[in-house]
Amino acid sequence: MSSNNTKKIVIEPVTRVEGHGKVTILLDEEQKVKQARLHIVEFRGFERFVQERPYWEAPVMVQRLCGICPVSHHLAAAKAMDLIVGVDKLTPTAEKMRRLMHYGQMFQSHALHFFHLCSPDLLFGFDADPALRNVIGVARKHPELAVQGVMMRKFGQEIIRATAGKKIHGTGAIPGGINKNLSIEERDGFLKDIDQMLEWSRGALKLAKDYTAEHLEALKDFGSFDSNHVSLVREDGAMDLYHGNLRAIDAQGNRIFDQVDYQNYLDYIMEEVRPWSYMKFPFIKSLGTENGWYRVGPLSRVNACDFIDTPEAETERKEFMALTDGKPNNITMAYHWARMIEVVHSAEKIRDLLNDPDLQGTDLVLKGERRGEAVGLIEAPRGTLFHHYRVDENDQITMCNLIVSTTNNNMPMNLAVEKVARDYLQGTEITEGLLNHVEVAIRAYDPCLSCATHAMGKMPLVAELLDHRGRLLHRRAKNCSIDAE
Amino acid sequence: MPSKVLLIGYGNPGRLDDGLGPALAEAVGALKLPGVAVDSDYQLTVEHAHAVAQHDVAVFADAAVTGKEPFSFSRLKPAETAGPGFTSHGVEPDEVLGLARDLFAARTRGYMLGIRGYRFSEFGERLSEKAQTNLAEAVRFIAGIVTHDLCDDAAEAE
Repeated sequence: MSSNNTKKIVIEPVTRVEGHGKVTILLDEEQKVKQARLHIVEFRGFERFVQERPYWEAPVMVQRLCGICPVSHHLAAAKAMDLIVGVDKLTPTAEKMRRLMHYGQMFQSHALHFFHLCSPDLLFGFDADPALRNVIGVARKHPELAVQGVMMRKFGQEIIRATAGKKIHGTGAIPGGINKNLSIEERDGFLKDIDQMLEWSRGALKLAKDYTAEHLEALKDFGSFDSNHVSLVREDGAMDLYHGNLRAIDAQGNRIFDQVDYQNYLDYIMEEVRPWSYMKFPFIKSLGTENGWYRVGPLSRVNACDFIDTPEAETERKEFMALTDGKPNNITMAYHWARMIEVVHSAEKIRDLLNDPDLQGTDLVLKGERRGEAVGLIEAPRGTLFHHYRVDENDQITMCNLIVSTTNNNMPMNLAVEKVARDYLQGTEITEGLLNHVEVAIRAYDPCLSCATHAMGKMPLVAELLDHRGRLLHRRAKNCSIDAE
Repeated sequence: MPSKVLLIGYGNPGRLDDGLGPALAEAVGALKLPGVAVDSDYQLTVEHAHAVAQHDVAVFADAAVTGKEPFSFSRLKPAETAGPGFTSHGVEPDEVLGLARDLFAARTRGYMLGIRGYRFSEFGERLSEKAQTNLAEAVRFIAGIVTHDLCDDAAEAE
């Protein structure tokens, strides 16, 4: 809430983040940062949109939520609908096809984020000229790296096409199973490239790791803070991106809850509505709103699991955890390193699955006794994704509740912005440098909003400085400072 | 040798008129025009540069929030940098062309087809009536120019 002795600085929208975001920074009388908030203009209403639709349409419909991670929504909804049709365990072919789809999604999404959004910051520095610090700049200065990024993304997309049927409106996962297996021709096509993909993944991981090591002192404090972490883990504590139980740990690694069946997530996770934000603020119920917020995504997954069940990624996890003496790593910029560990893990998993003959099986779908309510959970590229549905006796969806990954990271992103604002704001003007640093902190979370409209006519980044009366003092678009009229 | 043409229609079909790009791709694909490959996606990303680089001509079809009815058509220049409009994980058509040039030494000619839409602000898998009319006009237009590579003439005439 703005008071009369504060000034409000507005930044909108945040570039290279799905949908539109706005940052407001409140100053106190001494021109110090009093509060910073990230306002995300999330497109709302989807949960109502799916009501009264037949349950079997959900895995296809929910892909409309997002143009970047449709597969995550497809699989989370399908997992819920498996339970609705009474199937607790899929056939080996169905589960492995879905896992292949998911690792393909993880691989391409992380590769895209790293090469497209993160590498310009890492390669050129946070303060580099924005005309250079972008994907075309990377293409010109580091073409071999950019080609790798493009081809890794393409490889993952082709896996999605082969498992989901097509890139848009994939139909691969259906309630109780999958509607196709992987042909020998498709398998051999991917096997031909997988070693190269793994090699490029190692290179990307090395880049992220070396960058973190070389800049550790600066990064330790950059937009960083202690936090809780939430993730799925397998029953034996292994990282499992497709299925498992919920684990929450605190900043020191103590378990807040563990091996929680996510059908009961409402007993452990709550969502708070705040009047100034479109997005809700999830928190761990037992800790309350003040202390119960948490992070999700690659950093949390690597922190929360006991081990990774693929050899190269496990070696890398150990090295990652050694940096903080085995305690959770709470450095915000370490998300990039953790994300690349997951790229290597995904490539290893894809390789293993491609060599598994179950993918050519023909037992694809099971049926059971219909249920009325179910939750589907998956570790999406950006973090834990919750889909919760109720279905009536006429097979129509009567209730849908989604907690998307970016919503789970809502509070941490706000804190990261506030930390950066406190550290880098000077005077009452938004400098190019401040904008850059705010964006770098937000991008570490790879936020992806339910806001995939992508029509011609978008807005550039604009920053505005308002006084306590709401009067515009100064406006800054990217690379362009404009005096207020 | 006839030009190899790639038509990419992009947008979110679950967002009303934002689905104009994929709808155009579907309609043109159904015509099975010789030498014309068709793709559609939610948005353009970096890997489209690889596909574009395999063709002589790339036509990007998107919904337009504002601008000429029923559509606009123009020649694109490959981007030299990614500018302030460089939002989200998606890239702009001129940036795809720039990446195709810089990464794959492609000299693909690119064109932007902006089909005017009107309703974007809610979920729904349907095009508005006016958008459907504009789509039909755009399909006729594209079918008339791409097989004989009349894109430059058409862009100049716009």
